[in-house]
Amino acid sequence: MTRDDGNLAVPLLQVRNVSKLYGARIGCSDVSFDLYPGEVMGIVGESGSGKSTLLNSLAGHLVPDRGEVIFDTRAEGPVDTVTMSEPERRMLSRTDWAFVHQHARDGLRMSVSAGGNIGERLMAVGDRHYGSIRERAADWLGRVEIRECRIDDRPSAFSGGMQQRLQIARNLVTGPRLVFMDEPTGGLDVSVQAKLLDLLRGLVREMGLSAIIVTHDLAVVRLLADRLMVMKDGHVIETGLTDQVLDDPQHAYTQLLVSSVLQV
Amino acid sequence: MSDYNFAYLDEQTKRMIRRAILKGLAVPGYQVPFASREMPMPYGWGTGGVQVSAATLTPDDTLKVIDQGADDTTNAVSIRKFFEKTAGVSTTEVTEKASVIQTRHRIPEAALSEDQILVYQVPIPEPLRFLEPRETETRKMHALQEYGLMHVKLYEDISQHGAIATAYAYPVKVEGRYVMDPSPIPKFDNPKMEMAAIQLFGAGREQRIYALPPYTKVVSLDFEDYPFEASKADHPCDLCGAEDSYLDEVILDDAGSRMFVCSDTDYCRSRRDAGHIGRMGELAA
Repeated sequence: MTRDDGNLAVPLLQVRNVSKLYGARIGCSDVSFDLYPGEVMGIVGESGSGKSTLLNSLAGHLVPDRGEVIFDTRAEGPVDTVTMSEPERRMLSRTDWAFVHQHARDGLRMSVSAGGNIGERLMAVGDRHYGSIRERAADWLGRVEIRECRIDDRPSAFSGGMQQRLQIARNLVTGPRLVFMDEPTGGLDVSVQAKLLDLLRGLVREMGLSAIIVTHDLAVVRLLADRLMVMKDGHVIETGLTDQVLDDPQHAYTQLLVSSVLQV
Repeated sequence: MSDYNFAYLDEQTKRMIRRAILKGLAVPGYQVPFASREMPMPYGWGTGGVQVSAATLTPDDTLKVIDQGADDTTNAVSIRKFFEKTAGVSTTEVTEKASVIQTRHRIPEAALSEDQILVYQVPIPEPLRFLEPRETETRKMHALQEYGLMHVKLYEDISQHGAIATAYAYPVKVEGRYVMDPSPIPKFDNPKMEMAAIQLFGAGREQRIYALPPYTKVVSLDFEDYPFEASKADHPCDLCGAEDSYLDEVILDDAGSRMFVCSDTDYCRSRRDAGHIGRMGELAA
């Protein structure tokens, strides 16, 4: 990991007191943390604990009621993405940010071929050379272990695991610096999950990605995350290094969560 | 004629449409919403174009109506009759003599001049429609100039067919700003859109008007390694021998014989009147 080499004083993402309310009910409340370049943060908690609300607030899909989400942009340094203009935010979300949905169908264009899906972000940032777009699409298919001969097939002809890998390729093709993942392994069977996790771990390390992963699967964070945040009822109840939190949980709920995992 | 207000629509409606047209001309390629009226013809028969024409016509105008280039097809004949009856304007089939030309799916072959107006009938004004079904989202994409999706469509064309197979309604970028659907004209006509005449586009069902002022820059989208090509059937016209006009293919029998004829009937006739004769010209005359 590159975290200790000292010149990374500026966090990639600074989250300050982010709150999102749904009327009187709390979505997430007063969440703050820093994410440094190359770091993977896991957010765990049960259904309804506010994980996805938090992730969507950070990624700009929801507007938080309070708080700041400060991203270290390439051009201007740290900028609050909540108050930045919409064109800037949308530009960010197709260049430096990536969002991997739980259901690949939400993140893919099902009526467009695999190559077109991967090429979309390239074309969105101005690539106008068919040959080079196709070459990069083929390269990325290879990196997510989909055979190149499937490049002109539609995602609807792919298995669930392949769709998820395609979604990842489509997101990473522009070399983003921050990836938001919402239950990336949800709905996949365990052997496919294992392959996907292996792939993700390789890509994260190789590209030096920072990532925020929301999941209820502790095995996923154990494998991928450097740090862990445990949420319950919209509040963060425990944070720390992944191994520390999982091996020595302090909060009663975290203890319950860790002990609920079946040991095979 | 006295049973109708001039050109069928009431004056308030015409003012409303003219305001939309002026706004469209001020922001070339931008789709201006307007309160489209029920017209005495079904949607898809040119209700948008008819409303724009009605708001544009003056009693001194000469109207020409074409459908797929032809003056004598059902759509063209019925709209021409409609304005003969409701506006009492003179009509013509000669492109050069018309001051207002309403068209469906073609631009006339003869170059238009600065004192002419070309009115297009538009079925679906939104070029992003089949890529992004949400209207709220496509508006945002236009506002923010997020047009990468348009190229995804062209990419799909090349990956499936080896070339950009889109042959009509080929998307264009107007003055480096708005991506616009040129209505279902063949892409052969796309380069003609940089012309001297005013071009107005009316979509009745979708309630949109957009426009191109004279000499507006109109660029057809393409890839660096797959440039735009204004294609047509590789054939001269069998009636008038023209090699530069857009052709319709006509099947003659069930034994494989066919002929190619100019889709612009006025252009073809004027050439034949001037003595040009194609492969089957005499036979047809």
